[in-house]
Amino acid sequence: MAADRAYLAGGRVGPARAALAALTARMMARFEAAGAQRVDPAALHQADVLLDVYGEDLRGRAFIVEQPGAGPLFLRPDFTLPVLQLHRAARAEPARYCYLGPVWRRQPGAQNGRPTEFLQAGVEVYGEDAAEADAEVFALMRDALAEGGVTAPEVVTGDLGVAIAVLEAVAMAPARRAALRRHFWRPVRFQALLRRYAGPAPAPSPLRRALLEAASAGGVPALAEGAGGVVGARDLADVAARAQALAEDAAAAPVAAEDARLIDAALAVEGPADAAHARLAELAKAGGVDIAPALERFARRLDALARRGVEAGALPFRAATARTLEYYDGFVFEMAAPGRPDLPPLAAGGRYDGIAAALGGPPAPAVGAMVRPEALLAAGGLADASAPEAAAC
Amino acid sequence: MLTLGLPSKGRLQQDAVDRFAAAGVRVERSPEGREYAGHVSGLPDAGLALLSAGEIPRALAEGAIHVGVTGEDLIREHIPDAETRIALPLRLGFGRADLIVAVPAFWVDVETMHDLDEAAAAFRARHGRPMRVATKYHALTRRFFAQAGVADYRLVDSQGATEATPKNRAAELIVDITSSGETLRANHLRVLEDGLILRSEAMLCVSRAAPWGPAARRALAELGHRLGFDGEGIALGG
Repeated sequence: MAADRAYLAGGRVGPARAALAALTARMMARFEAAGAQRVDPAALHQADVLLDVYGEDLRGRAFIVEQPGAGPLFLRPDFTLPVLQLHRAARAEPARYCYLGPVWRRQPGAQNGRPTEFLQAGVEVYGEDAAEADAEVFALMRDALAEGGVTAPEVVTGDLGVAIAVLEAVAMAPARRAALRRHFWRPVRFQALLRRYAGPAPAPSPLRRALLEAASAGGVPALAEGAGGVVGARDLADVAARAQALAEDAAAAPVAAEDARLIDAALAVEGPADAAHARLAELAKAGGVDIAPALERFARRLDALARRGVEAGALPFRAATARTLEYYDGFVFEMAAPGRPDLPPLAAGGRYDGIAAALGGPPAPAVGAMVRPEALLAAGGLADASAPEAAAC
Repeated sequence: MLTLGLPSKGRLQQDAVDRFAAAGVRVERSPEGREYAGHVSGLPDAGLALLSAGEIPRALAEGAIHVGVTGEDLIREHIPDAETRIALPLRLGFGRADLIVAVPAFWVDVETMHDLDEAAAAFRARHGRPMRVATKYHALTRRFFAQAGVADYRLVDSQGATEATPKNRAAELIVDITSSGETLRANHLRVLEDGLILRSEAMLCVSRAAPWGPAARRALAELGHRLGFDGEGIALGG
């Protein structure tokens, strides 16, 4: 129906619209009271920048519009990158921002029932102490949900930074570590690579054997030219460089089986946050790897959460939470409506220090999270209750 | 009335017409010549629509035609969750072509999708931009590359002469259909060992979304009887 919004029947007119407007106004007031500057990012964004950060898969998730004579533009699928780009342009101090507006997502298959347009309201904090900023963003989302009448959401937390720290600490060839790091957010490929690096080297194909022999004798260009005409921008130097890398990889010692198991175990840790922290510390000690800074960040975050009234030690923790969302590389969390599996998480967010590097530049501390106000209103059942208040405004 | 959608020209149309004729269903274009219409004899209550092969998948998904003939590659590319909207009761055995990933043959370091992923990472580091893949099969390429865990690539749309794009420096590699492989070889390209995305051939397709009245259902049952598939066993919509 024309008046419907995502998760909210009739949400574009009348009392339901007024209730939504009142709810988002209260949430934004909270974010601004916490020192966040309100920003209005553009809806349309240059495709190249987003594709560089998110990869081609984004085309399956985001709508593209064509501007004749210019490149394609994406309708923003979220606010993370648009707000970061605004920050780079405006450099406001303190570097904390809040936003409210629609995002658009393609939902291929059409029958999966997910909305193609929905609202997000959120905060992004750049710089500042990581543990404190993580805890503050978490607490702001908790408070935003309370504004919508959801005071006891189902929470799950994680910390991809700990598993990444384990990966950085175990012994392996730098090229292999870089490949695993690059595929950290693609669990199937990550596992396949880890098994490959930890197992016996596969028997090389005849062509691979010839290539490795050529690599040690400087004969790669001749071998390549014999195989076909040199076409395209990837040239003989690229082929020779990879042949060299393959030769180095063939000579590398396998990743120790216990180290591979340690990475798996760190990613499999689940339980209350304090027990999870203890378990991770135990795993690291038994495995002989030093991940003290990551564990200390975890512990300091729990302290910072406790100071904000969160029962931090009891928070459900799953190490691999949000692992398939490329760019999260530290604290992550989701808050869902109890008993409403039909609704998406009402709030979600996390740390993505690495994204600045993907945009070109040094990594910079960044944490953000968003609420889905329409889903929150549907879960909190305040669509009718708050209508009189809204009408009075 | 049942509307049968066939490709408006080419080898695929001729093979389909021959196959129907062998089963006693004659498809004839209007004698007026240029009009994209015609009639079907030998099947009760059936009409003909001639469409571009690429438009047949969408016409089936939307229910504009009841039955159509087109390549599986086009169905999988254009219709997500194809089976929920289109039944595919019969492979027709013609129009065979493989959708494949091909790279310049002189890339002696790239034999598999795993190699391609490593080469793509190195290419991006050295050239400051992702490797480009020329294709008209965007959805199938994205899905296949995601399953293989290949990142760091960029799709470039190519609606024809795709094999020439590496040579023309419009792309570094391609995803395209091939039947004999001769065009690939002529353009200095080689198929990756695990680079087969889809073994495609012409399919008889039945729209679940078309308006299925009693006459259309009877015509479908008869068509099934003639061609050798169970037309009555297909779950249809309204």
